[in-house]
Amino acid sequence: MVDPGGGAVCNGTLHNQSDHCHRKNCTRNGMVKEAQQNGNSNFYKPIVESFEEAPLHVMVFTYLGYGIGTLFGYLRDFLRNWGLEKCNAAIEREEQKDFVPLYQSFENFYTRNLYMRIRDNWNRPICSAPGPLFDVMERVSDDYNWTFRFTGRIIKDVINMGSYNFLGLAAKYDESMKTVKDVLETYGLGVGSTRHEMGTLDKHKELEDLVAKFLNVEAAMVFGMGFATNSMNIPALVGKGCLILSDELNHASLVLGARLSGATIRIFKHNNMQSLEKLLRDAVIYGQPRTRRAWKKILILVEGIYSMEGSIVRLSQIVALKKKYKAYLYVDEAHSIGSVGPTGRGVMEFFAMDPRDIDVFMGTFTKSFGASGGYIAGRKDLVDYLRAHSHSAAYATSMSPPIAEQIIRAMKFIMGLDGTTQGLQRVQQLAENTRYFRQRLSEMGFIIYGNEESPVVPLLLYMPAKVAAFARHLLKRKIGVVVVGFPATPLAEARARFCVSAAHTREMLDAVLEALDEMGDLLHVKYSRNRKSARPELYDETSFELED
Amino acid sequence: MATVAEQWVLVEMVQALYEAPAYHLILEGILILWIIRLLFSKTYKLQERSDLTVKEKEELIEEWQPEPLVPPVSKDHPALNYNIVSGPPSHNIVVNGKECINFASFNFLGLLDNPRLKAAALASLKKYGVGTCGPRGFYGTFDVHLDLEDRLAKFMKTEEAIIYSYGFATIASAIPAYSKRGDIVFVDKAACFAIQKGLQASRSDIKLFNHNDMDDLERLLKEQEIEDQKNPRKARVTRRFIVVEGLYMNTGTICPLPELVKLKYKYKARIFLEESLSFGVLGEHGRGVTEHFGIDIDDIDLISANMENSLASIGGFCCGRSFVIDHQRLSGQGYCFSASLPPLLAAAAIEALNIMEENPGIFAVLKEKCKRIHKALQGISGLKVVGESISPAFHLQLEESTGCRERDVKLLQEIVTQCMDRGIALTQARYLEKEEKYLPPPSIRVVVTVEQTEEELEKAATTISKVAQTVLL
Repeated sequence: MVDPGGGAVCNGTLHNQSDHCHRKNCTRNGMVKEAQQNGNSNFYKPIVESFEEAPLHVMVFTYLGYGIGTLFGYLRDFLRNWGLEKCNAAIEREEQKDFVPLYQSFENFYTRNLYMRIRDNWNRPICSAPGPLFDVMERVSDDYNWTFRFTGRIIKDVINMGSYNFLGLAAKYDESMKTVKDVLETYGLGVGSTRHEMGTLDKHKELEDLVAKFLNVEAAMVFGMGFATNSMNIPALVGKGCLILSDELNHASLVLGARLSGATIRIFKHNNMQSLEKLLRDAVIYGQPRTRRAWKKILILVEGIYSMEGSIVRLSQIVALKKKYKAYLYVDEAHSIGSVGPTGRGVMEFFAMDPRDIDVFMGTFTKSFGASGGYIAGRKDLVDYLRAHSHSAAYATSMSPPIAEQIIRAMKFIMGLDGTTQGLQRVQQLAENTRYFRQRLSEMGFIIYGNEESPVVPLLLYMPAKVAAFARHLLKRKIGVVVVGFPATPLAEARARFCVSAAHTREMLDAVLEALDEMGDLLHVKYSRNRKSARPELYDETSFELED
Repeated sequence: MATVAEQWVLVEMVQALYEAPAYHLILEGILILWIIRLLFSKTYKLQERSDLTVKEKEELIEEWQPEPLVPPVSKDHPALNYNIVSGPPSHNIVVNGKECINFASFNFLGLLDNPRLKAAALASLKKYGVGTCGPRGFYGTFDVHLDLEDRLAKFMKTEEAIIYSYGFATIASAIPAYSKRGDIVFVDKAACFAIQKGLQASRSDIKLFNHNDMDDLERLLKEQEIEDQKNPRKARVTRRFIVVEGLYMNTGTICPLPELVKLKYKYKARIFLEESLSFGVLGEHGRGVTEHFGIDIDDIDLISANMENSLASIGGFCCGRSFVIDHQRLSGQGYCFSASLPPLLAAAAIEALNIMEENPGIFAVLKEKCKRIHKALQGISGLKVVGESISPAFHLQLEESTGCRERDVKLLQEIVTQCMDRGIALTQARYLEKEEKYLPPPSIRVVVTVEQTEEELEKAATTISKVAQTVLL
């Protein structure tokens, strides 16, 4: 496309003449890096997110379904209490029968009566690497899901639409993993000490330097578990007298970290900037409740991609708000690191923002890097403070060396430091697969939530019985999907969640889409009223005569 | 008088108006005017707040300055300068460029560089790759995990075991799964940080008793009983827990488990036992403090341990009866919301269990070595040994503190540095000073492993003794 202002086109993005003086850091590996120069992006990306509501009759039937399940639950509990039905659950010891009961019976009502019926769709054991195809161990239940036994058969080559394997780096061993094997043989597995004591290995330092380089920040620190990264570092950053503004749908680890810190927590509606602004204004103007003292600091907790909704945070708007009200921003990029952005650097690159605008970058290595652990990155003084005061550094074991090596290898692969462009190709392949998958699904008429660029695709099923049928039928057709219901999602919005991977070939995606098409017709889950056709639009035709 | 009601003739009404007394009319007129005024006046809030104008609000937003996100850390903060280990943290360790004998990593059974573990992990790496890419509920359950849980349950002779992917998260997720707001937990004052975080997350009432003091605990339990009698309805739904460690990390002492079990049945509280340091150390077969005292394992409701000490892997597990453990599969936060343990670490843990089962003699050997070094370090002037004689991880504290914690820390650091120069790798026990409720006094942590020979133990004892003499006198 030609710009009348005289700009040149390079790699599909528009340059202005004035950028010529920054030419030397302009292109690297063929990618344009203008985002870091002065913070303004040269392209405007419209955010397309949809959260379509279901038709009314669907909601009615969903609640009806839960109601019938509950009624039967009461009936079953009654029968079990009166001994008319065998109770398969484990029971308390005889000697401890007069202790206060460990569980209140109503706490477990949902688990006993509703979850137990469809329990076979979760915790499915596999026996191969979680790549695009995996092997599921077959298990059957003789007593309606109270216990399972393995038949010994293995369902081979099931298409994996459930594991978080965005870049396809979780695979069985091949020659490219040789460094991991060497590190395992030299260093062993365990570390046996904490970071403060004797647990800092040279591998950790290497990894931290690489993470800082990857994210284009000053420094980084790595931890052994992603969940623990949040729950042990947020209390080190904020304490009593501080305010935390956290998104409605934040992950359990962020909620736990916020609670453990002792700060005041206020929740704003999911991705809703008006709600956040109102909270920020009230916080700055009116201060702490009752005493009216000013807050010590305000920390905004958001995630890059929300795993249950598939929505992407509105980073540019949050950064503008944060700058106006002088708050600090903590972004949890567990799902978005490695999977969004032109070179896989996460939401910061996706929105072409300056890394200095986000105060605390947090992420995990489990999803795109095929390893485990988490990191926190940012300015050097932040990371130094965490090295001294993080709970994890003082009391928890550091990361295992072969896992650190796997992350180093994966990062070098994505950054292109291993000499190939395969990493970049995978990131682009993931983006292509995501777009294709989402487009085909919405054409078929399913209700899909989330941003059209997010590789996490929730497909709404609503009714609890359909959730179970969906997962079971698809497993019979050798496709493994993840279904989620209450309490991870709202009661009436049970869904199936697909994770697209760069390792999925077009044929695999087509096989899945075909099966989903049939499943949608069988179970009548194509609820969308905005069906788009793939056929070309014929607006511009002036006549439909054969000879024109 | 229905007929009267029908004849509301206008003329008669006007007549009534003229005939009414004056005060009546005036009163009614005033009331009507008052009603009209109330109807048209604006509503007002009860608590009158001086509403700020928009301009004032903008000024407040402009003026507000938050604290910096992190306060500056001084350059010579002890925690900033980590000891960097080049190469594996095994028996012969290279710390900061110096070759030393490792007396600091919790490698009790010397399995950190055992070739069988590495081979098992390698086989697992070849088959499964590194990561599991999902939590246990979403295709993150591998057959290796199920095997490990099975083996751990069989080894500890309990019904079921559940594994976590990080040692710290094990007890910190287990406690809040059972104990909620309104429940009461009796915990030892010397409990480790992970237990403290688990208790904080549970929001229960915490009652602390003096370290290993069963009389103090009984006093607290009795007080609670009296409270219960005042309010029996509430007492019937309040759960009670006692949380203790088998071998305390902060003091190196063993908890008096038989008395605890007696108190459990007397006052109807459940026991949660944290065995990170005692698993694979105490007991004839390494089954922990229950075997050490000969107590039936079903008497303990939950045993939690991490696999990072004796099993030389990463992660943690809880074991006990199915009635108790199965609950964590849906409500343990670190289990449900976190990715599962990488299979190569699980395979290594299984192999470590195999080694533990094959030669149960190493536990006696370890105890011998502990006793030996304990005795050898007894006479050092200026330092006292804190911990039981069979505890492989004990502390060396200053006999007389200088009065200021910082100076104590510096003195101990001097000892540690000089020992490292002479080839003995030690470390100070590190705490987060502001976060601990009962901060233990500064100390040097000494860890005994099975791989240390007698000469090395002797060398360590003499080195520490010499260095202590030069530094402290």
